[in-house]
Amino acid sequence: MDVLKIATAGSVDDGKSTLIGRILYDTKSLTTDKLEAIETRSKANGFDYLDFSLATDGLVAEREQGITIDVAHIYFSTKTKSYIIADTPGHVEYTRNMVTGASTSQASIILVDARKGVIEQTYRHFFINNLLRIKDVIVAINKMDLVDFSESVYEEIKADFQSLIGKSSYKEQHITFIPVSALQGDNVVNQSENTPWYTGQTLLQHLEELDAQDVYEKSQARFPVQTVIRPKKTEFHDFRGYAGKLYGGDFSVGDEVTIVPSLTVSKIKEIYFFDQKFETVGRGSSCVITLENDVNVSRGDMLVKSSEKPRLEKQLEATVCWMDGSSLTPDSSYYVQSGSACVLSKIKHIEGSIATDFSEKDISKNKLDLNEIGRVKIQLSKPLAIDSYSKNKASGSFILIDAQTNATSGVGFVE
Amino acid sequence: MEVLENKIVPSIEDSSCLQKIEVGHLESEAIYIFREVVAQFDKPVLLFSGGKDSITLVRLAEKAFYPGKIPFPLLHIDTGHNFPETIEFRDRLAQELGVELIVRNVQDSIDQGKVVEEKGRYASRNSLQTTTLLDALEEFKFDAAIGGARRDEEKARAKERIFSVRDDFGQWDEKNQRPELFDHLNGKIDLGQNVRVFPISNWTELDVWSYIQKENIEIPSIYFAHKRKTFVRDGMIWSAEDAIVHREEEELVEERMVRFRTVGDMSCTAAVLSNAITIDKVVSEIRESTISERGARIDDKRSEAAMEKRKQQGYF
Repeated sequence: MDVLKIATAGSVDDGKSTLIGRILYDTKSLTTDKLEAIETRSKANGFDYLDFSLATDGLVAEREQGITIDVAHIYFSTKTKSYIIADTPGHVEYTRNMVTGASTSQASIILVDARKGVIEQTYRHFFINNLLRIKDVIVAINKMDLVDFSESVYEEIKADFQSLIGKSSYKEQHITFIPVSALQGDNVVNQSENTPWYTGQTLLQHLEELDAQDVYEKSQARFPVQTVIRPKKTEFHDFRGYAGKLYGGDFSVGDEVTIVPSLTVSKIKEIYFFDQKFETVGRGSSCVITLENDVNVSRGDMLVKSSEKPRLEKQLEATVCWMDGSSLTPDSSYYVQSGSACVLSKIKHIEGSIATDFSEKDISKNKLDLNEIGRVKIQLSKPLAIDSYSKNKASGSFILIDAQTNATSGVGFVE
Repeated sequence: MEVLENKIVPSIEDSSCLQKIEVGHLESEAIYIFREVVAQFDKPVLLFSGGKDSITLVRLAEKAFYPGKIPFPLLHIDTGHNFPETIEFRDRLAQELGVELIVRNVQDSIDQGKVVEEKGRYASRNSLQTTTLLDALEEFKFDAAIGGARRDEEKARAKERIFSVRDDFGQWDEKNQRPELFDHLNGKIDLGQNVRVFPISNWTELDVWSYIQKENIEIPSIYFAHKRKTFVRDGMIWSAEDAIVHREEEELVEERMVRFRTVGDMSCTAAVLSNAITIDKVVSEIRESTISERGARIDDKRSEAAMEKRKQQGYF
């Protein structure tokens, strides 16, 4: 069955956890014992309704404060698909969680409170969906029950949001608007009788029709070598297999491949998955590849088709989202990790920070603080094979690892 | 030769069951994670309990490194309260694979006075495992411990990373976790720290069972329905055969057709009524089940935050 990963974003009290709880409840994904726990807790908190947000808020601090702190993963399935929801907190200070959740998602749900309309937070959420190039964005206009299911309120919010789309840098993005009440279940799984003016699909109907293909999308084939397999067995005496996961496109036996960054050329001899050999391997697959000649390949190298070589750069220009409490400053050292390659680097230039509300009011400064996004020039100690993020998500993204603390401090999207 | 899609090769029997294809996607992810562990750490170990999740891990590890052998040992933290079927199974599997099996006993930690047995009618050695586990990691200087925990099991686990960094005391700092973006896994740690790795984080219970079915993986017999002498307490069915759970006199023993959905410590693992004697029947039973897997684990029922607390102290 196909797996669709969805990121959710909303501000505090937009009802995001409630929406997820509602989806779980209406798709009958909540088991009896979990439902009982929610009933008990709802009563204890003095609610006369079921507080579905209790289904997702996992940490003690979250339940106490009634907010989501960290990305939670929620699983449910229908007859046609398996779903993984990355429930990401919407507070300003938690941008890093939103970027994290969105990085592994094919689709995204942005919640808007019908009473408040499009607010600065909505801009920021959309900006991140844009930056990460999430293919499908669903704008769920929630709490419609609190505005009497008014069509004009819905249309107004929709128009406000559409003015943002004009500023988007990712024109192919598919955006859908749905009026919902997560608390009462309108247009979440079941069609609402309260919105006769809305003829579109419910949230779940829409999700059911989305393409659940690999997050990394179709592009040129990229095979970062994770490890070399050399069995010490007599029947595989001379075996030298390159283990990795293939991104972007297919590989077939006989394809001429170039090993980057060394630029050595060879041909694919065999493709293994466990104890079977295959003619072709499709994108998204972990497999083992052997080559015709005895070439020097190790972790950090990437196999590509000779006709589709990536850029080989010693200097990177990228949009970076900063995720560390200590700021990113010029001349600091970080590891750049992309695919299986990890090289030491020095920050040459920072152009921060980009206004994430489409206001174009960028703040001119040469550092990046937690949750800020900016353009950064990075000097690498060794050449790295890369692509533009817009062309290839796997080889166009990287993480920055603090050489002192080992923290994952930022994520970069190659220009 | 056939074409290998990101979902594993569809064979004739695959087309009869929709569930299997999705495991292919998850399988690719799990194999990727195993290879990252071996590439990024000096001394990984696979935590093996003899349960279905760790048996699944072993199969995935086999696939990740074929035609090479599994390049790390298995470690079992034995509470001394394991189902005998599981222990027998564990020893046989390790031998067949030719993989080193290390066993460390909670009883030793008790004898050394490092932990004290719990008291009361639900006394369990489940949480005592943590000390034995941390000591074993220290003893062998393991820097990565691979486990079969899944995010769908429990709310605190839903927040867990694939590479979860633990400090010298094995503690989980849930508010200060490393972000994990795309497939980029950061395995850099300081000396003394170690990482817990969860290759099947994104699998659900049904995914695991479907995989066991598709791959025809052998699992201990207690997972299948069998006749067992049991008694009922607090609405749950407990095994009366092993004298690990202390039975009160008024709790009547009756033979029931049961199976176990998890095979944790006997003292905290209840059975469920079942007629599922084959893997196919188990899979259909899970698909229709309305009670979660950990619903039969009394250790999670202690309080709403039971798992979060145990994890902060270094539990899996």
